[in-house]
Amino acid sequence: MRGSNAQVIRGTSQADVLWHVLVFVFLLVYPWIASPFWTVQIGAQSLILGMIALSLTFLAGYGGMVSLAQVSVAGCAGYTVAVLGVNSFNMGLGWPWLAAVILAIVIATLFGTLIGAISVQTTGIYTIMITLAIAVGFYYFARQNYNILNGWNGFAGLKPPVIGGVNWRDPVPFYYLSLAVVAVAYFVVVYLRRSTFGLSLQGIRDNDRRMQALGFNVRAHRILAYTVAALIASFGGVLMIWLNGRISPGSIGIGPTIDILVIAVIGGLGHPVGAFIGAVLFTLLENFAIDLIASERFNLLIGAVFLAIVLFSPDGLLGLWQKLRQWTAPATH
Amino acid sequence: MKLFIMTILNGLTLAALYFLVASGFTLVFGVMRNVNLAHGSLFLLGAYVGFDVAEATGSWVLGAAGGFVAIAILGLLLQVCIFRFMEGQDLRQTLVTIGISIILADVMLAVWGGVTYQFEIPDALYGVTRLPIIKVYTTYRLFILLIAVVIGLALWLFLDKTRVGMMIRAGVDDRDMLAATGVNVHRVFAIVFTIGAGLAGFAGVVGGSALSIAPGEDLRYLLASLVVVIVGGMGSVGGAALGALLIGLAEQFGLAYSPTYGVVYTFIIMVLTLAFRPQGLLGRRA
Repeated sequence: MRGSNAQVIRGTSQADVLWHVLVFVFLLVYPWIASPFWTVQIGAQSLILGMIALSLTFLAGYGGMVSLAQVSVAGCAGYTVAVLGVNSFNMGLGWPWLAAVILAIVIATLFGTLIGAISVQTTGIYTIMITLAIAVGFYYFARQNYNILNGWNGFAGLKPPVIGGVNWRDPVPFYYLSLAVVAVAYFVVVYLRRSTFGLSLQGIRDNDRRMQALGFNVRAHRILAYTVAALIASFGGVLMIWLNGRISPGSIGIGPTIDILVIAVIGGLGHPVGAFIGAVLFTLLENFAIDLIASERFNLLIGAVFLAIVLFSPDGLLGLWQKLRQWTAPATH
Repeated sequence: MKLFIMTILNGLTLAALYFLVASGFTLVFGVMRNVNLAHGSLFLLGAYVGFDVAEATGSWVLGAAGGFVAIAILGLLLQVCIFRFMEGQDLRQTLVTIGISIILADVMLAVWGGVTYQFEIPDALYGVTRLPIIKVYTTYRLFILLIAVVIGLALWLFLDKTRVGMMIRAGVDDRDMLAATGVNVHRVFAIVFTIGAGLAGFAGVVGGSALSIAPGEDLRYLLASLVVVIVGGMGSVGGAALGALLIGLAEQFGLAYSPTYGVVYTFIIMVLTLAFRPQGLLGRRA
């Protein structure tokens, strides 16, 4: 897959702008036409999963580094909010929400940077192995640690604050909160694609030795990419625990870790929007698998979809879309 | 003192088990650069199949053989039907193995359910053996140590003294050069994958008899294999032995002396290795 997304960076075309405006307007009016279930369980859930997957798309698509520890970073932020803030086990320190959230994001970003500093020691598939080992290790750590992380049980009763008379836990406010955070993250990642940092990162992805010879500090760029990805993932992690109201080792286990990889790959690593396409498909399948195939066999279904995508369309649904466009408009190529 | 010796013995047993699982993983990686993240699933599937065979025949030995053969065949099929069509695409192969492990885990859950299975081990291995200081130790666990040593020696003889073993070692060092000398690398790959998968299946029966078989064990042994080969050096069977020894002991000492932070020791070893010797203790730079 490496190199396949090394396409020429083109300017933002008018069609792209039109698409973005259309989708954004749709997302804005969506909660007014959808039921609370569709607003939160499908809408907000897809946005948040997509946000965590976006951090992986950024790392893998721009930097060529497939990290499986992004869920651990998100979980680190979630756990920190739970420990510092208020939770229903009376184990929280009862900090005000803003302080808890800020510190959570700082800690999780540092954690992600540390993971980066460890993983950039090696490259390619070694990164997958090392980050997977870190992710599974963090899961076992959270499960065994009863002193701080409350072991197997984790924490429950986590909710977004009430600010300015608005209860942000209600479906529509929570949806807009998620949408706002996600929109910022998305446009930052899109912007980074053409920034100096993003361009050198993509250069490193395509040929790290040449970039090194040109005088770029390859290691520092790679670690910084992990930092940016960790920042995105930790915001996703905070939203995630507000959505679920709870966090436990199960939320950062191998299942969610693989889910995020599946989402990013199904959507396609070539463009940030792939993360969200994958997330919508994943959430829909997860909720409606019961109509297609027995609900307890959801993993079989999603595994098969994933395998089919990896085997037949390595660039994900985005790749399929592009192929389709090339077929229908052969004259322009 | 008793606790100390006991912990060492437990650590050695665990190391033996980890070595059995990780040796196949590291061989496959070394030759094909294929990170088989379905290796844990092969381990668990081997245990289930071995259990059914042992139940049906009433023989533990046949069960172990069944686990080996079934998973070896599955490994061969995977290599011939899927992986040989995506050679050199490391990342894609890895993603495929993740897909396979998701599907296998769900299929195993559907077929064997969420319950825990326990093997009946042969009478000769049942019970305890008398030892100095700690007085008694489970015979079966000593047997695992023996098996690991035997398999380790067999692998070494195979890799070091036979013609195919020579090809495999050459493949680890330089795959393209091996192909250029006229060796049919596809056959070498198929042999390695068959052996590697078979070892995972066999380890499933051996390990499942020492502990138990249940969903989730696949993940545990995948993690063990990953850490063992990262520490020991990827592609090196000797490294797998050394890594298994370190990780097995670290895990048991962590469990015995500081249960809440046991996992941390394993990771300190891994991080230190990566910081000072990224290619692993006995690994060579690719």
